[in-house]
Amino acid sequence: MADSGSEDIAVIGNTDLTPSESENNLKNTMVEKGTNLLKRMEINVAEAEKRTGKNAVNMQETYTVYLVETRAVDATSEGTTPVPDSLWRRYSEFELLRNYLLVTYPFLVVPPLPEKRAEFVWHKLSADNMDPDFVERRRVGLENFLLRVALHPVLSNDKIFYSFLTEENGWKENAFETGFQAMADSRLKALNATFRVKNADKRFADMKHYGDELQSVISQLLRVRARAADRLYGVYKVHANYGRVFSEWSAIEKEMGDGLQSAGHHMDAYAASVDDILEEEEHYADQLKEYLFYADALRAVCRKHELTQYELEMAAQDLTSKKQQQEELATGTVRTFSLKGMTSKLFGQETPEQREAKLKMLETQIEEGEELVKERNTECEEFVKSAWVDIERFKEQKDHDLREALISYAIMQISMCKKGIQVWNNAKECFSKM
Amino acid sequence: MSDTILDDNASSLSIPTDIARHMLDLDEDDDLEVFSKETTEGSSFNASMPTSPGSMINQYKFEEEEEDIDTKDIFVLVDNPESHVTAIETYITYRVVTKTTRSEFDSSEFEVRRRYQDFLWLKTRLEEANPTLIVHPLPEKFVMKGMVERFNEDFLEKRRRALNRFLNRIADHPIFSSTEDFKIFLTADVGALTSHKKLGPGFLSRMGESVRGLAATVRGVRNRPEEFTAMQEYVEAFGQKISSVDKVTQRIVREQKEYLEDLKECAPTYTLWSNSEEELAEPLRGMASCLERCYQETEEQVKELNDNLNPTLHEYVLCTETLKTVLRRRDNIQAEFEAKTEALLAKHADRESDSKVLSLAWDNLVGRSPEEAKQQKQQKLEGEIMEIREDLNKMEDRLELANNALKSDWTRWKKVMRTDLRSAFMDTAEKNVNCYEKCLAVWESFLLSQRTDAEGTQVSDSS
Repeated sequence: MADSGSEDIAVIGNTDLTPSESENNLKNTMVEKGTNLLKRMEINVAEAEKRTGKNAVNMQETYTVYLVETRAVDATSEGTTPVPDSLWRRYSEFELLRNYLLVTYPFLVVPPLPEKRAEFVWHKLSADNMDPDFVERRRVGLENFLLRVALHPVLSNDKIFYSFLTEENGWKENAFETGFQAMADSRLKALNATFRVKNADKRFADMKHYGDELQSVISQLLRVRARAADRLYGVYKVHANYGRVFSEWSAIEKEMGDGLQSAGHHMDAYAASVDDILEEEEHYADQLKEYLFYADALRAVCRKHELTQYELEMAAQDLTSKKQQQEELATGTVRTFSLKGMTSKLFGQETPEQREAKLKMLETQIEEGEELVKERNTECEEFVKSAWVDIERFKEQKDHDLREALISYAIMQISMCKKGIQVWNNAKECFSKM
Repeated sequence: MSDTILDDNASSLSIPTDIARHMLDLDEDDDLEVFSKETTEGSSFNASMPTSPGSMINQYKFEEEEEDIDTKDIFVLVDNPESHVTAIETYITYRVVTKTTRSEFDSSEFEVRRRYQDFLWLKTRLEEANPTLIVHPLPEKFVMKGMVERFNEDFLEKRRRALNRFLNRIADHPIFSSTEDFKIFLTADVGALTSHKKLGPGFLSRMGESVRGLAATVRGVRNRPEEFTAMQEYVEAFGQKISSVDKVTQRIVREQKEYLEDLKECAPTYTLWSNSEEELAEPLRGMASCLERCYQETEEQVKELNDNLNPTLHEYVLCTETLKTVLRRRDNIQAEFEAKTEALLAKHADRESDSKVLSLAWDNLVGRSPEEAKQQKQQKLEGEIMEIREDLNKMEDRLELANNALKSDWTRWKKVMRTDLRSAFMDTAEKNVNCYEKCLAVWESFLLSQRTDAEGTQVSDSS
């Protein structure tokens, strides 16, 4: 497998890494060469625009493009901020990039893209891909994707990634030229391996299981949270009716009028405050969603391990059977049942020349088989090593990110409670003047 | 336990709950058409009522002082619902406790048991005796929807509170609280109450009044004073507004309950997640516990809405109907007065004109001289005119009394309404603030724990 990943691994300590990053790389000698891209370059996805054009089947379609801006970091230190380089990319191009990365670095947990279609929506959000809120959230998600790749010790050095960021027109050709599409494992092949592998590394099996659980629990959480958010929205909005009625009512009252009127205003403010709250809730949901999709990437790495392990096992098994055949042919004993054995018994033995030829062939095959097993064994070992490093890195990142997400959720709740206290205290004052 | 509650009004049979609303209106109509004998007749049931309108007016002026808590000399409480099963029916009684220093009471403490129809009797009696005074509404007879068991705790508690409020309003009212009916309600044992009930105006006499009243309504009032028209307009508008507020509140309660349903599922999901995690397990469990606490607080908040604001608003929706009825009754009294006035004028006109043709012919037939006939006729007319005048005077008094009673009680009612609604809204706002404050504390402590944890691990990392 032409694996560009191995080029980047050097057995040298890297002084460009920050202390915490080297700590994160744990006790291994495979420290990735080259600092991550973000040290050299600023990346953001600044805007989104609608375009119309002809698609593959020559039909008019509307799609959104995103502006990817890059700027060299050292440029700003000179006091002037030069205009960033920029180019437009469609979502499908991001998808292509990610697929390339997935195939090229199967031992890495590749950062996910934001969702293609809006899921887990509640009534306030639309499921329409053209909806400006959706587009905006997707823009943020795409930027997040690029930043994650650029921060990754291995992925950030990828040339195709760099090409994606800097070459408007040439990058697709560059990507296709790597021939990555041919290297993609078929789903069927992978599935087959999952069922038949005998000695998969337990850690990977556990990780896969964890990935399943994570995906299931986050899905459930997103669903439940979306429903609750919908309801909460309703509760707040109904209070606007108080505003309206109090206002009308105040018109017929003398002493009570002022108190009612001003209380009504606070009710309106209360109803309006839910919009901000729910925007922040959506942000939290997006953070959860990222890890929902990350779970998939994690599982992909585990499945790849199962595949490499399976292929090793297959090669070993093949070698064993070939050796057995050789032995049988050499000693003339048929130890195992084989069709060849049976037919030769039924239709007569072969000539000594035929036997010689066969033995010779088997010898070559066994030689090749041993080479293959050695190769595959190395592959497998290397995969396990580098994959586990990245999995550990991913775990730390996940723990950190999700904890931060929980903290910002708490902060958002606190802000919501404070607003609620303020509004109702104000309302209470107005009521007291009734 | 029998299946039908043979409750209250004799006219009510086992009415399906979906037309309970309709039943309520029917009740109101009954009350509407009933006019008591004029208060100036000094009914023996209103022994402490002064007989002249003048002193009545004076009594109303003392209202303000009488509402002072310090001068409050009677306290009533309705509590302790109990179920009673007989062969025919099952019903609930409530304990009514009275503490008073008033001299007209034989003792200072009383305890009796009363059922809903007793309360209804009291209300009806007070309305009959004071058609233009405003009696606080009773909770509805039938429960609308959502009643699975007949006497579930929630329903009983709600009803108990409403009955308690009703009785307290009566006790606070200067006129009502000094009636014999009220006293007997508070003090008499079941037997005495039953016999006292029988002494009321009979069904037939009420029918008679009812017919008279109906006739007057049909006629309509000609010269309603401006202030009563203003009252009517206010009641219309107020009714709409309070009804809207009631509906909005009910909607909020519904939405909150559904929100709680969904919120309930969040905490267990976080707990489930924490089972798969190592580092994250603790913060996830923390989240779960925060959400559970918030759930509990919100539940309490909804309960407050349901138990306090909702019933109060609902009572004022019912009040609107009472007010409309009272205004109608006043109108009817005025209409009757106007009708009588017209009758008098007609008689006067009769007296002035001398339409002789037909009557002369008749007189000749019966052998009376024209002079005699004329005199007889004049005498008769004079007699009639005198009678009508007397009636008219009584009616005028009655009208003035009714008007003044209404005006004073109106002021009183508005004050009570203002106080009631103000405190109901303030209580709700207060409860909301409390709920948010508690949730705030929960999240703040979670945040603190996460931040100190994070700092802790950072410290150990860089060591």
